[in-house]
Amino acid sequence: MTLAEQPGVTATPADPARTGPALATPVGPAKPARERTGGRLTRLRSTDPEAFAKPQGREEDWRFTPLRRLRGLLDGPPADAKLDVTVSGPAGAAVGAGVTVEQVDGSDPRVGSVLTPADRVSAFTRARADGALVVTVASGVALDEPIVVRIAGEGGTAYHQLVVDIRPFASATVVLDHVGTATVAGNVELRVGDSGSLTFVSLQDWAPDAVHVAAQAVSVGRDARFRSFTVTLGGDLVRLSPTVTYAGPGGEAELYGMFFTDAGQHQEHRLLVEHGERSCRSRVTYKGALHGDGAHSVWIGDVVIGPVAIGTDTYESNRNLLLTDGARADSVPNLEITTGEVAGAGHASATGRFDDEALFYLMARGIPADEARRLVVRGFFAEIVDRINVPDLAERIMVAVDAELDAAEGARVGARSPVASA
Amino acid sequence: MTTLEIRDLHVSVETDADDGREILRGVDLTVRTGETHAIMGPNGSGKSTLAYSVAGHPKYRVTSGSVTLDGVDVLAMTVDERARAGVFLAMQYPVEVPGVSVSNFLRASATAVRGEAPKLRTWVKEVREAMGGLEMDPAFAERSVNEGFSGGEKKRHEILQMTLLKPKIAILDETDSGLDVDALRIVSAGIEAVRAAGQTGTLLITHYTRILKYVKPDFVHVMAGGRIVDSGGSELAAVLEDGGYDRYVKTSEPAVAPGPVVAAGAGS
Repeated sequence: MTLAEQPGVTATPADPARTGPALATPVGPAKPARERTGGRLTRLRSTDPEAFAKPQGREEDWRFTPLRRLRGLLDGPPADAKLDVTVSGPAGAAVGAGVTVEQVDGSDPRVGSVLTPADRVSAFTRARADGALVVTVASGVALDEPIVVRIAGEGGTAYHQLVVDIRPFASATVVLDHVGTATVAGNVELRVGDSGSLTFVSLQDWAPDAVHVAAQAVSVGRDARFRSFTVTLGGDLVRLSPTVTYAGPGGEAELYGMFFTDAGQHQEHRLLVEHGERSCRSRVTYKGALHGDGAHSVWIGDVVIGPVAIGTDTYESNRNLLLTDGARADSVPNLEITTGEVAGAGHASATGRFDDEALFYLMARGIPADEARRLVVRGFFAEIVDRINVPDLAERIMVAVDAELDAAEGARVGARSPVASA
Repeated sequence: MTTLEIRDLHVSVETDADDGREILRGVDLTVRTGETHAIMGPNGSGKSTLAYSVAGHPKYRVTSGSVTLDGVDVLAMTVDERARAGVFLAMQYPVEVPGVSVSNFLRASATAVRGEAPKLRTWVKEVREAMGGLEMDPAFAERSVNEGFSGGEKKRHEILQMTLLKPKIAILDETDSGLDVDALRIVSAGIEAVRAAGQTGTLLITHYTRILKYVKPDFVHVMAGGRIVDSGGSELAAVLEDGGYDRYVKTSEPAVAPGPVVAAGAGS
């Protein structure tokens, strides 16, 4: 990774064992980075894939990712399949009044207005995708029903780009629902206009063999409010890079995430919140449950508070629950502060095993072990799911979590039976 | 009529060392429906170990002896089976279960213990009445189990469960500890109400005699050095109130002193 290093105070976070290497040594001539923040966590950005050296696996940005399972996405293979993309209201109904849905070509000024690629896959996506789908919610329109963008993979390799433009004073909920299977690279750009409000749900409900790499960038306008739920359940390899920037003071961003990582799955969430404006707020809360051999989750939570971003209030946390041996959760919070006046800045990361005392407590009330485990895991995710204001979707997510738990219990019983019969 | 019989129970606590440390050294006790037994004794005498062993906590290993409920082997049961058989343990330190609401938890446990889901309408009324009896705010039901509860709230929550689950045998492990006078009165009234129904045998484990002013025991046992060293009626509590445990600790010393009979793990 090439980094633009600028002078400034770097406040290194807790968990020194992990965060130490996170600040990589700058290499080679740096491209201009974003000037508002400009710290060491700030990424190189370019639309040219070759501006990013092809990762070999030891680079800070890629060291957790099993490169061989990316199915060549680092080389930007041409698309050989289509995604089935639909935009609708809930349950296939028409989108509400005040919503415009367009397919535009790559020269449209809205494409790239929020997101400049920060890695090789994202830059290839810009080059290879067939333009972008643009969803606009007109100024002042407040939608009651969610807009659902459904992306169904049907095998092969595909690219897609989505732009969501919430005009000033508008409010909406947008659900990006990924299903099926494919090797997919995506760029998602979200703009929340001044005093606008967007709730964005990105659901990765892929079949077990999907590979999904995506950059999801939001620009939060003056006094605007952004809330996102990133829910990753399926896929062989999922690597998402959500980033937040602010286009004016007073913006607020709450990023919730949850993942249930099964045996052999790699699920990676790399967050960056760049506080480059005054008096903005950010909260990041991600929770993961991991089960089975080779289950691997990665959570990177970078927060940069730039020199002008006085009055920033930020907190990020990641909690992981290891349900079995053989699962691995990497969790790396990074906080870089280059201003003297913040309202609050902190982070927390904890990865733990299933609480046996909680299990005993529930069982001592007659609740069987499998149901007790289910209650605890459901409870663990409830903090996230209960906030999703789309009831059907929250229900679907909990059903999916239950299914994951059932599979986990099945594996547990299966693993035990030889012992029992011996 | 239910009988819990504990016979010559020896229990070790699981440690990193192979053999473990013996805490209970031959406990005999019989508790029948309608009876209230108080077990008193100094710190480290094995009172809580007895409670958790009967409930089946994995940390404790029964090395010999038996525990039966109407002749059925309790020790062969899993923790949840014991609870469904009618054994209830009110814990001294109830465990937090984040994200699981009290109302969900109560319903799940009542469903498990009763063998069927309680009818919703009668259930809501039942919970409301039980909470009212313990002077608990209805909003309590929406909080996560034990999360952020005060000491008094945790204990009320334990007795609330006892009220709803109507156990055959209730073991109350230092339910009185950490309670102020008002909370002690409320919690005691809750225990009394279950007892008055006559369907439960109660084993009250405590350091102090003050709860015995509210919940009158039929039998008082003194535990020291991993054994029951004295038993009597409620008058024994008054003796303890005056004299403390000193003489039991002294008389029990030979049992814990190194010697051929108790060489394994003794004195550690």
